[in-house]
Amino acid sequence: MARTKERWGTRVGLVLAMAGNAVGLGNFLRFPAQAAQNGGGAFVIPYLVSFILMGVPLLWVEWAIGRYGGQYGHHSTPGMFDRMGRGRWLKYVGVFGIFTNLTVAAYYCYIESWTLAYVWHSLVGTFARTDPAAFFPRYLGMDERSLFALPWEAAFWFVLTLTLNVWILSRGLAKGIELAAKIGMPLLILFGIVLAIRGLTLTTGDVKVVQSPLDGLNFVWNPNLDGLKNPSTWLAAAGQIFFTLSVGMGSIHCYAAYVNREKDIALNAASAGWMNEFVEVVLGGSILIPIATAYMGLGFVQSATAGGSGFSIGFMTLPTLFNNWGWFAPLAGAMWFGLLFFAGITSSLAMGQPVMAFLEDEYKVSRVPAALAFGIGTLLLGGWCVWLYPGGAFDEFDYWTGTFSLVVFALCEAIIFAFIFGMKRGWEEITRGADMKVPGIFRHVIKYVTPLFLVAIFIASVFKPQADWGAAFYSLFTRGYWELAPDSVVGKIFHIGQDSYGWFDAAGCATRELVIDLTRLLLTVLFIGICVMVWKAFRGRPKEPAA
Amino acid sequence: MTRAAWIMMLITWAVIIYFTARFFLMVLTKSDEPPGENG
Repeated sequence: MARTKERWGTRVGLVLAMAGNAVGLGNFLRFPAQAAQNGGGAFVIPYLVSFILMGVPLLWVEWAIGRYGGQYGHHSTPGMFDRMGRGRWLKYVGVFGIFTNLTVAAYYCYIESWTLAYVWHSLVGTFARTDPAAFFPRYLGMDERSLFALPWEAAFWFVLTLTLNVWILSRGLAKGIELAAKIGMPLLILFGIVLAIRGLTLTTGDVKVVQSPLDGLNFVWNPNLDGLKNPSTWLAAAGQIFFTLSVGMGSIHCYAAYVNREKDIALNAASAGWMNEFVEVVLGGSILIPIATAYMGLGFVQSATAGGSGFSIGFMTLPTLFNNWGWFAPLAGAMWFGLLFFAGITSSLAMGQPVMAFLEDEYKVSRVPAALAFGIGTLLLGGWCVWLYPGGAFDEFDYWTGTFSLVVFALCEAIIFAFIFGMKRGWEEITRGADMKVPGIFRHVIKYVTPLFLVAIFIASVFKPQADWGAAFYSLFTRGYWELAPDSVVGKIFHIGQDSYGWFDAAGCATRELVIDLTRLLLTVLFIGICVMVWKAFRGRPKEPAA
Repeated sequence: MTRAAWIMMLITWAVIIYFTARFFLMVLTKSDEPPGENG
């Protein structure tokens, strides 16, 4: 079957789609909490340093790899990496670019579906009658003590969200993804500005306001310069930059693969990256914490964000607080969850396209069946997350695919780009057709500094200590002892911090450990399965020489 | 808000808004043709 050649309709559409890929729920729910808990205003110093020395260079690297692969008809990472050097193993590094997108989409679309459901419930006034803190676990089917859940309403919204994603993806780049970004991104920014202005103009004279929202803003921005001496602050900042830009996924590569080899990527990448920063720092930092502080007080906000996430405030507290805004309450709720939904869907679409591109390029599947295949794969994997949410399947997906895989892939690609593809060709690829002057210093930054940042994040995730990093190093040098955190990679693998380990309890019932180990097995089998698909797709093909 | 918090916030916002606007305006002014197709 003849395939229609995909292409971006406009340059602005491409930049908005890339920015939409980067802008996600973390911009609004994670950044403000991370900043507040890691030095406040001082956090932005390592944050912006990480953005310049790791974030922007990685964006350029991924855009360059993508456009380079696209020249040879490869719009997904296995084919791209295959062209980057002589080794036949390179294409298997690209497996991460399929695996991560498929598995992250599975649970990410589930969260995205919550936001869509919450838009509906905000508009129909559910949160005026029901406490969102009670509604949330019931919605997820977690109101019973069980490892399994069959939440019919959540499943309905999940299927609806997936259907919407598949429909948009099946319309192609220009009429689907690009159009969604052109509608979603401006609305997201508009909703963000309206909510930020409304929240920041609350005064202690307003109904039920207990504290100035500026105290919340102060919590986010008051600089604790001592924090700069703590390695934890730097690692938290580097980690936030890494995850907010959606690097290490394979989705940027895919979008960039549809750019002509003579057209700019340097300015496009910089524009999309800075737009993400605007949404995250300016808008993301001005909504959640100031509004929650105004109605709940700073003490509540400090304790609710102690874990470095504003998730519980976003889903369980804000819907109630909006009720104080009179006639505007349903609209405010719809705007809040609407902007989260737009942030989510522009990211999940970017996860679908690489999977589709792999099927289209390497297996000659046409667009609509490829979109359906992505939808079915996501439904099956997402169904596992929905069904076993109380047992911890969702968290396992998030940790191994949405966190660790990204770091591994980004580290591999940075090394391959600088040392196998080579910086001479790499720099030529980044600067060809550039509509901005890329400072020459970045040639050295990409080769030496960016990989070092990634090595630090990788080591930090593998050996994350129980205490903060400063205390852990002190303990190592004085007592020769390093206590691993349960959520370090080593800690996860060896179930550190658990009193007992077993798949069944004394009564013969399945335990969380069984769910967790089955989920890990599922992910491993899936990864191997994609490796086999790549092997089959490239079997018999002569090794394409690196140009 | 403390004076230090205002300074940190306004400087950071100014830097981010400046580069976001500058690069996006450059994209808009150089958007005479689509980014083309590849492969």
